[in-house]
Amino acid sequence: MSDVAIRVSGLQKTYQGRAAVDGLDLTVRRGEVFSLLGPNGAGKSTTVEILEGYRSRDGGDVAVLGHDPAEATAEWKARIGIVLQRVDDLAQSSELTVREWVSSVAAYFPDPMRPDDAIELVGLADKRDARSSSLSGGQRRRLDVALGIIGRPELLFLDEPTTGFDPEARRQFWGLIESLADAGTTILLTTHYLDEAERLADRVAVINAGRIIEVGAPATLGGRATAAATVRWIGADGPHELTTDEPTRTVLELAARFGGGEVPELVVERPSLEDVYLRMIGGPE
Amino acid sequence: MTAELIGAATPARATDYRPPSLLSVYRVRAMVELKTFVREREAVVFTFAFPVLLLVIFGAVFGRQDVDGGVKFAQVFVAGMIAAGLFASSFQNLGIAIPIERDSGALKRLAGTPMPPSAYFVGKIALVAVVAAVQQVLLLAVGVLFYGLDLPDDGSRWLTYLWVGVLGISACTMFGIAATAFVKNGRSAPAVISPIAIVLQFISGVFFVFAVLPQWMQTVAAFFPLKWMTQGMRSVFLPDDYQSQEPAGSWEHARIALVLGLWLVGGLLVAVRTFRWRNKADG
Repeated sequence: MSDVAIRVSGLQKTYQGRAAVDGLDLTVRRGEVFSLLGPNGAGKSTTVEILEGYRSRDGGDVAVLGHDPAEATAEWKARIGIVLQRVDDLAQSSELTVREWVSSVAAYFPDPMRPDDAIELVGLADKRDARSSSLSGGQRRRLDVALGIIGRPELLFLDEPTTGFDPEARRQFWGLIESLADAGTTILLTTHYLDEAERLADRVAVINAGRIIEVGAPATLGGRATAAATVRWIGADGPHELTTDEPTRTVLELAARFGGGEVPELVVERPSLEDVYLRMIGGPE
Repeated sequence: MTAELIGAATPARATDYRPPSLLSVYRVRAMVELKTFVREREAVVFTFAFPVLLLVIFGAVFGRQDVDGGVKFAQVFVAGMIAAGLFASSFQNLGIAIPIERDSGALKRLAGTPMPPSAYFVGKIALVAVVAAVQQVLLLAVGVLFYGLDLPDDGSRWLTYLWVGVLGISACTMFGIAATAFVKNGRSAPAVISPIAIVLQFISGVFFVFAVLPQWMQTVAAFFPLKWMTQGMRSVFLPDDYQSQEPAGSWEHARIALVLGLWLVGGLLVAVRTFRWRNKADG
């Protein structure tokens, strides 16, 4: 078994003469949580849907779990799990209960989890007999995930899974994703939330205009770890700000200047993932 | 616990793929369709009440009249409504339901699983079969109880009823699935599908006695399955003397089977080639 889950090289996709994906290269290792970041229209969803087998491509080589998704077989589909970005079938006139949904999808897979276990795992045990149309948005999303993992996938696609969640629901959801990752599931996560990528992803790729700009661990992306830090404090004459490569030395000097006491409103800041990301995609700093 | 449940990383997973049996997936899909249908109360009421309501209204207006050939109008009309009911529960039902499911992403979700595509259609066919069967019983009961409908009294007529019914809904099921390729989205589906159904009902001898329709209308109707289904049902419910009123002077059983069979095969070919699991807006 290869240690690469997804390998993409030179991926091309054109819509009406406009390149949505333009020579994209990507490697996702087995067992890693890999996040795709990028503005709307950058080519994220197109790329993911090509990997999921939903869309055809115009060029390039793609191997997902060793197979070309353009020639998807049932056997291959049984090894992946898909949580789509926008589906309304759980909300729109769906009169099936949570349990009926999960059991019915389980029946399509050769070696599924027990439906009750999947429901338990996504925290819907007390909603087991509720109709999916009666669930809240966050609960429906968790049902989406239950349906995505019911087949015990080796690779799970999560396309903007927490859009519209409140902060608490998002934290709970992160816990779920972390337990899936701990269990060895390879996860490809697309998200708009940089804190989400930072918390969950082993590596992130920033995609813009159909190409990958940079790939790295969230902590080191865009030279974050070694970038100059900003030190801020309030002096006798008002707020101060200093950009430095040696923040520790600055803090020590400040401490001495304030007689070893507290430096008022002291802050040491490295560029956040958001700062780095916005700079990469050419947005406002 | 999670690791054991999910077990994704276990490299020792079976190397030879053993999919769930086709039959078990078919059964699950049939249950999904039936449960969903039964729990949508408005849809249930509409599907079953509408043809019965039409039968009551037309029966109240024309019920006491006879048509040419000394036959009770009720006999002609019930035959027509039975065919129309079969058409509605197959063609109209699927032609509208499938684009809505395509819009909601239900079909896209299914396409992302290892479910064999045929299972989706088997589920729909099971739904159509059950709906049609219940509807037939209702229509026959209302016809007998309120309009003095005479049920066929020999086995060969019931046999005709069965094969015309089964072949008819099979053809119209394929016609309905094939038609969804030409429907843009769920919102426009009723606007495309319903007029086809209504026009066909008027020109195929459901509401009016087929023999009195203008020639050109009869000719147009003959291209579509509903005309042949109503004719088949007349051969079940009307005396053989009435054959003289039919365009060909006979029930034309062989031609009914031929036309419906062609629609079945043609619809299947178009459906297989054109069926989409995502709507056009989704690329």
